[in-house]
Amino acid sequence: MIAAIPTPHVDWLALSPALALLGASGAALLGAVLVPSWLRRPFAAASAGAGFVLAGVLAGVVFARSAEATTLIADSMTRDRWAALAQVVVAGAGAVAVLVAWGDGRREHIGEYHALLAAAGGGMVFFVQAGNLMTLFLGLEWFSIALYVLCALDTERERSLEAGLKYLVIGSFGSAILLFGAALVYGGTGELGFREIAATGKTHDPLLVVGLALILTGMAFKASVAPFHMWTPDVYEGAPTAVTAFMSAATKVAALAVLYRLLATAFPANRELWTIAVAVLACASLAIGNLAALVQRDVKRMLAYSSISHAGFMLLALAGDSALGGKALLYYLIPYAATSIGAFGVVAARERELGAPVTVDALAGMGWERPFYGVAMWTFMLGAAGFPLTGGMLGKLYVFSAAYDRGWWWLVVVGVLATVVSLYYYLGVVRAMYMRAGELRVAPAGGSPPRDAALALAVAASLAVTVGSFFFISPLVRLAGYAARTLFA
Amino acid sequence: MLTTILIVLPLAAALVVWVVPMPREWAGGLAFVTAFAEVGLWVGGAARFDYGGGLQFEARRAWFSDLGVSYHVGFFGFSLWLAGLTVVVCALAIAYGVWAERERSRAYFGLMLFLTGSIVGVFAAQDLLLFSAFFEGMLIPLYVLVGVWGGPRRATATLLFVIYTVAGSMLMLASIVAFGISQGTFSLVDSGTSSNDWIFLGFAVAFAVKSPLVPFHGWLRTAYTEASPEVSAILSGVVSKAAVYGFVRICLPKFPEPVDDFRTTILVLAAAGLAYGSLLAFRQPDLRGVVAYSSLGQMSLIVLGIFASSQTGLDGAVLHSVNHGLVSAAMFLFAGFVERSYGSGEFARLGGAAKGRPLLATILMTAGMFTLAVPGSSNFAGEFLILAGVFRQGWGYSVVGAVAIVLAAMYTLRLISAVLHERRGAAVPAADEAPDLQGDQLFIVVPLLACLLALSVWPNAVSGHAFPRPFASGAWSAYPQPAEPAP
Repeated sequence: MIAAIPTPHVDWLALSPALALLGASGAALLGAVLVPSWLRRPFAAASAGAGFVLAGVLAGVVFARSAEATTLIADSMTRDRWAALAQVVVAGAGAVAVLVAWGDGRREHIGEYHALLAAAGGGMVFFVQAGNLMTLFLGLEWFSIALYVLCALDTERERSLEAGLKYLVIGSFGSAILLFGAALVYGGTGELGFREIAATGKTHDPLLVVGLALILTGMAFKASVAPFHMWTPDVYEGAPTAVTAFMSAATKVAALAVLYRLLATAFPANRELWTIAVAVLACASLAIGNLAALVQRDVKRMLAYSSISHAGFMLLALAGDSALGGKALLYYLIPYAATSIGAFGVVAARERELGAPVTVDALAGMGWERPFYGVAMWTFMLGAAGFPLTGGMLGKLYVFSAAYDRGWWWLVVVGVLATVVSLYYYLGVVRAMYMRAGELRVAPAGGSPPRDAALALAVAASLAVTVGSFFFISPLVRLAGYAARTLFA
Repeated sequence: MLTTILIVLPLAAALVVWVVPMPREWAGGLAFVTAFAEVGLWVGGAARFDYGGGLQFEARRAWFSDLGVSYHVGFFGFSLWLAGLTVVVCALAIAYGVWAERERSRAYFGLMLFLTGSIVGVFAAQDLLLFSAFFEGMLIPLYVLVGVWGGPRRATATLLFVIYTVAGSMLMLASIVAFGISQGTFSLVDSGTSSNDWIFLGFAVAFAVKSPLVPFHGWLRTAYTEASPEVSAILSGVVSKAAVYGFVRICLPKFPEPVDDFRTTILVLAAAGLAYGSLLAFRQPDLRGVVAYSSLGQMSLIVLGIFASSQTGLDGAVLHSVNHGLVSAAMFLFAGFVERSYGSGEFARLGGAAKGRPLLATILMTAGMFTLAVPGSSNFAGEFLILAGVFRQGWGYSVVGAVAIVLAAMYTLRLISAVLHERRGAAVPAADEAPDLQGDQLFIVVPLLACLLALSVWPNAVSGHAFPRPFASGAWSAYPQPAEPAP
C-alpha cells in the first residue's frame, strides 16, 4: 500500500495567465519545427497572440474573483487585484505587439521570435505576482533573458546585436545589484516574503537599509529610471521595433507595479526613506529624460527618452505612497502603454515604408500622405504630452494629485516644468509630419508600402485606448481603485 | 441641454468632416451650415435666457467621481454673451475660409469646427478640470491652423505661441490640482474659496498669457501676423476672451483675498499694457501689426475693468469684451481682404485705396470708428464704464485709460489714412483693375459691424444683462460678487 504523498494545494487559476503564455511559447517553438514552412508565420503569430489574449482574459477572471488578496505556493506568490490588473495591461500590450510584429518582413526565426515574445510576457505576468524576493528575482530574470535574445534577434543588423549585448551586460548588472540587495535584506531580517519582512519590524538595521537601496537601484535599471537609464536609448533604437514597442509598454508596467508592491508591503516602516529616494529618482528621470529627448533626431531614441521621463511621472505616484498613488499609477499605465506602443507602431509603419531608420526628418509630410497614421501619431504625441482628449492628461492629473496629496507640491512643479519642456519634442514630431511637407529627403523604398492590416489594427487599438481612457476614465479608475485597495488596506 | 448641443455640434461636425470622405466643397459647406446653426441655436437660447437668474442651461454628469470631477456646463449672463461672440466670430471666420478657398479643406474646416466647439466649451465649463481640458483643447487646432495655413514665419509664430500658452496652462494645471485636492472637488459651483496666493498666481499667469498682459505678450505679434486672417480674428477676438472668463469665473470668486493682495500689481500691469500697446500700435508698419497691438491695449483695458472691483467695471469689461471681439475680428478679416487683393498689408505699399472703392472705404471707416471708440459707439460705452469703475481704485488708472483713448484715435486714424487716403501705394492698382469689395466679402464683415451698430444703440443689452442685479448672496454663492467699496 502506497502512502499518498500530501500534495500542496496549488491555485491553478492564479497561475493560469503565466501558464497560458508558457503554453503559447511552447506551441510557437514546436511549430517552428513541426509546421510546414508556409504556415509557420501565421501559426507562430496566432499562438503568441492567442496566448496573450487568453492570459488577459484569465487575468480578468482572477481580478473578478480575487476580492480578497491571498497567497499561494508557500506564500511565494500573491493572488490579488493589483497583480491581475497589471497582468491585463501587460497581456494587452503583448497582443498589440504581436500585431505590430506581423508585417515586419522577418524571414527567419519566426517561431523563436514569437515564442520569446510569449515567454517574455509569461515572465512579466509571473513577475507581477511575486510575493517574496526569490520569485521576484526569478520573474525578473525570466522575462529579461527572453528580452535580451529578442533585442539581438536581427543578427544581420549590427545595431540589433549591439542592443542585445548592451541590454544583456547592463541588465545583468542591474539584476546582480538587485540580487545583492535581496541577500542583504535576507541577512538583516531572516525573511524573504514581502509581508514577513515588514512583520519583523526592523527599520534601522543597516543591512536592511542598504539592501533596500540596492533593490531599488536594481528595479530602477529595469524600469529605465534615471540615472540608471543609460541602456534605454541604444536598446530601444537597435531592437526590432515591435520588440521595442512591447518592451517600452510592458516592461515598465511590470517593473513599476512590482516596485510599488515591494516598497509598500515589504518596507512600509521605511516609507520616510524610500519616498524621498523615489522622489529624487523621479526628478532625475523627468529632468534627464526630457532634456535629452530635445536633441534626438532618431524617433525611436526620442521615444526612449520620453519613456524615461514617463517613468519619472509614474514615480511621482509611487512617491505619493497612498491608495490614491496606487490608483494613479495603475491608471497612468493604461494610456501610457497605449500611446507608447501606438507611437512605435507608427514608427514601424514608416520604417517599413522607407526601409531606413526613422528620423524626425524622415517623418516630413507623413501626416498628409498617410492620414490615418498621421492622426494617430498626433494623438499619441498629445497623449504623451498630457493633452486633453487623451488619457495622458488625466493620468498626469492623477499622479500630480497623488504627489500633492502627500504634501509634496514641489514635485508637482517639477512635473509641470517637465511637461512644458516635453511639449517641444512631442510637437516637433507633429511639426515634421504636418508642417514640413515636400521636404522628404528619404525616398520611399520600392513604391507604395504594402497594406498592413495588422499594423493598422494595432495602431487603431492603441488609438482607441488612448482616447477611450479619457472619456471612460470612471470605470478604469474604479478598477484601479479596487486594485490599489489590496496594497493599501 | 442647449449648452451641450452648442459644444458637441461643432465637434461632431468636425469628426464628420475628417472621417467621412467628401469633396472639398462639401467640407466647407458643412462647416458653414454648422457654424450658422450654432448662431441660430445661440440666438434661441439668448431669447429664453433669464438674465436675472444664475447658472442656466445646465447639464451635469459625473465624469470620475473619486476626485469629484464632473462634466458640468452651463451659462451665466456674461458667459452667454462671450459664447455668443464666439459663435458669431467663428461662423464668419469659417465663411472667410470658404471664401478664401483654403487648401486641404477637410482638415482645415474640421479644425475650425473643433476650435469653435472647444471655445464654447471654455465659456460653459463649470468644472475646473473640464475648463482645463477645453482651455488646452483650443490650443491643438490653433497650433495646426497657424502652423500649416500660416504665413512664411509661421514656425516661429507657433513655437512662441505654444511655449507661452503651455507654460501658462501647465502652471494652471498645477494650480487646479492644488485647488481641487485641497477643496475635495473640482467643481466651480461646489468648491469654496481659497486664500493661497500661489494657487491664485498659477491661474492668473495662465490668463495673463492668454489675454495677453504685459509682460506675457511675447507671442502676440508673430501669432497675430503669421496666422491666416480668419485665425487671427478668432485668436484676438475670441480666444483672448477665455482669459476674461477665467478671471471673472475663477479668480474673482474663488480667490477673494489673493485678488486683494495682487489687485494693485495687476492693475498696474494692465495700465502699463494699455499705454504700451497703444504706443506700439502707433508705430507699426502694417495693418495687422496695428490691430495686434491695439488688441493688447484693449485687452489690458478689459482687465482693468475686471479688477476694478466694482459692478460698473465688471459690466464694462463684459461689454467691452464683446465689442473688442467683434471689432478686432472685423479688422483682421478686413486686413485679410487687403492682403489678398493687394498682396501686402504694409502701409508703405498701400494708400489711396478709397478712390473708386466706396464700399471698402466705408467698411474701414466704420470699423475704425469703433476701434477708436468714438462717442456714441458701443466701444465708447464699454470704455466709459471701465474707466468709471476703475476710477475708485485710483484716478491714475483712469488717466492712463483716457490717454490711451486718445492714442487709439491716433493709431486708428493713421491706419485709415495710410490705407485709404494719401497717394496711391505701389501695391494698390487703379480702381478699374482691382474692384471694390464684392458681395461675398461684405457678407463676411458687415454682420460684425451690424452687431456693433446694434450694440451702440443698446449697449445695456450686454452691460445690463451680464450679471444679475442686485447681487443676492446665497443663490449666488458660486458667482463673482465684487465688493462695492463704501463711498
